[in-house]
Amino acid sequence: MLAPAQRVKGTVLSRSRLRSILRRLSEVSLAVFRLVLIIGISYIILFPILTKLSSSFMARKDLVDQTVKWIPKNFTLDNYRLAVQTLRFPTVFKNSAFLSLLVSILQLCSSTLVGYGLARFDFRGKGLVFGAAIFTLVVPPQMIMVPLYLNWRFFDLYGLIPGKGIRLLGTYWPFVLTSITGTGLRNGLFILVMRQFFRGMPKNLEEAAYVDGASPLMAFFRVMLPGATSAAVVVFLFAFVWQWNDSFLTTLYLDSNFLPVALGNLTRTLARELEMNHPQYFSLIVNAGSLLMITPVLVVYGLLQRYFVESIERTGLVG
Amino acid sequence: MNALRRRVRGLTPALKRRTRRLTFPLKRRSRGLTLAQQKAMTGYLFSAPFILGFIFFFLAPFLQAIAFSLNNLVIVAGGYELVYNGWENFRYALFVDAEFVRVFVETLVKMVVEVPSIIFFSFFSALLLNQRFRGRLLARIIFFLPVVMTSGVILTMETGDYMSQLLEQTNTSAASVLVGPLLYSFLMQLKMPREILVYVITVVEHIPEVIRASGIQILIFLAGLQSIPTALYEASRVEGASAWQTFWMITMPMMSPIVLANVVYSIIDSFLSPANALVMYIRDTAFAGAGFGIGTAMGVMYFAAVTIVLAIVVWIVSRWVFYQE
Repeated sequence: MLAPAQRVKGTVLSRSRLRSILRRLSEVSLAVFRLVLIIGISYIILFPILTKLSSSFMARKDLVDQTVKWIPKNFTLDNYRLAVQTLRFPTVFKNSAFLSLLVSILQLCSSTLVGYGLARFDFRGKGLVFGAAIFTLVVPPQMIMVPLYLNWRFFDLYGLIPGKGIRLLGTYWPFVLTSITGTGLRNGLFILVMRQFFRGMPKNLEEAAYVDGASPLMAFFRVMLPGATSAAVVVFLFAFVWQWNDSFLTTLYLDSNFLPVALGNLTRTLARELEMNHPQYFSLIVNAGSLLMITPVLVVYGLLQRYFVESIERTGLVG
Repeated sequence: MNALRRRVRGLTPALKRRTRRLTFPLKRRSRGLTLAQQKAMTGYLFSAPFILGFIFFFLAPFLQAIAFSLNNLVIVAGGYELVYNGWENFRYALFVDAEFVRVFVETLVKMVVEVPSIIFFSFFSALLLNQRFRGRLLARIIFFLPVVMTSGVILTMETGDYMSQLLEQTNTSAASVLVGPLLYSFLMQLKMPREILVYVITVVEHIPEVIRASGIQILIFLAGLQSIPTALYEASRVEGASAWQTFWMITMPMMSPIVLANVVYSIIDSFLSPANALVMYIRDTAFAGAGFGIGTAMGVMYFAAVTIVLAIVVWIVSRWVFYQE
């Protein structure tokens, strides 16, 4: 009498177990697939950095040694010592860090304000202003380079400031003025990112603030800005990295005492100071130098990454 | 699912109506402006920095550059002089210069091939990196590394790196021996149209470039994915939607503005990257070659091409974009 019931119970149990095994299997296979994919992509990305890293520790002898491919036989820090010395690293690093921080903070402020204005308020000519922001992006900087240079050389805002014109070249003013007005290096992109972000944010939040009697400015600073942290971090990171890596505008407006410019000239400086020409050996030192240049940005990125992931969850905006 | 979308969409207009009724009389009494006027003023206030900057630091130099392209720039003692010569610079660039047209067309084709694959790859990667798994932080850090590497000196130095060249050589040969013939024979068996075949093969050949060019796009997509309210996902789970449905009904519409931003960014990035052949060619022409007038004329034509491509793409993509308003 009991046997059929037991059998039924048995099959039910095994079926559910089978289902759980299947689910587990699909989970595992998905994880394996993901792992393989991520490792493959990571390898392609890391390949050039790994070659730089391994060769920056190589001694000159390792270059001619056929058995040396990845791991240097004569491990040395000489390349780094030479790179730091020839680049005048402390000075150049300080200059670059100050300029990049200044520019990225100013660009962040201007693009957040403008992006919000374009996302949430209706005013005549809004489309035109937005079009102008896109326009600044599509014009190759090479096209307006010489007129801009002449402007900073004799700065009088097209006759608005009386006098012969002030020489602003060699100062940080061209960077400050363009960043604060949202026309700096790829600043239009940041305006676009902020605008898209604010447009995607629910309007209910601000409207709740208005109902509570907040002015638009207050609604912006108290409600919208805290919610925009993740976009702001992204914009700050881009602005910093681009300014850090830029050699085009820094050579145009300032001098060569900045990291990317000094690094670009490193081979020539080495040839002059060491009084020899050995491209392969110099490439080891250049690799050491470029690792020195990448590291600070990686540190900034590593610090912000954690914040970037958490930002949304912490603001309480979601949900 | 549709009921859910209607509910989500329907919620906002109702709230809007209610809040407007509440705030409108209050605001009008406190100042002499209507709410609409007040909002317009605030809008101008917020965008004022950019409006000023655009006029002085962008539009003016831009117009000057166009003037330069129609003139011959002669350096004289203590400055420069413009000698008007009409369309001569353009004519020279298009018909006399041997390389310009070829480089121009190649750059456009490269962009058409690369941008769609960058968008697909970066969207896929962002979805991947948005999942929870062990080592996610490390994977994210690696995927965004190209952001640090893509611009400026590092990129131009990459090609000159002796060790990298040496290793890459052995690498690509191994890869092409293994993957190449297999892939080709597989694609041939599929009997697809020739154009698609050619496209797929070009994309496969460009995979390392595509991966290295998508760091920023992944970052933008990931920020977008994280900004989607979890309440929407919870609601769809309650309604019994599958993961597939949730993706198409919630993730895609919510991400569509970000897709637009990313498409625009990728096009611009591929056009203005310092490693772009045409950008380098224009710079060399202006400073080391035929002179600044011709260089600027090439710049103007390049700019016109960029604008046309962008206008078409934005027009197509923006019809599909969904705004939560």
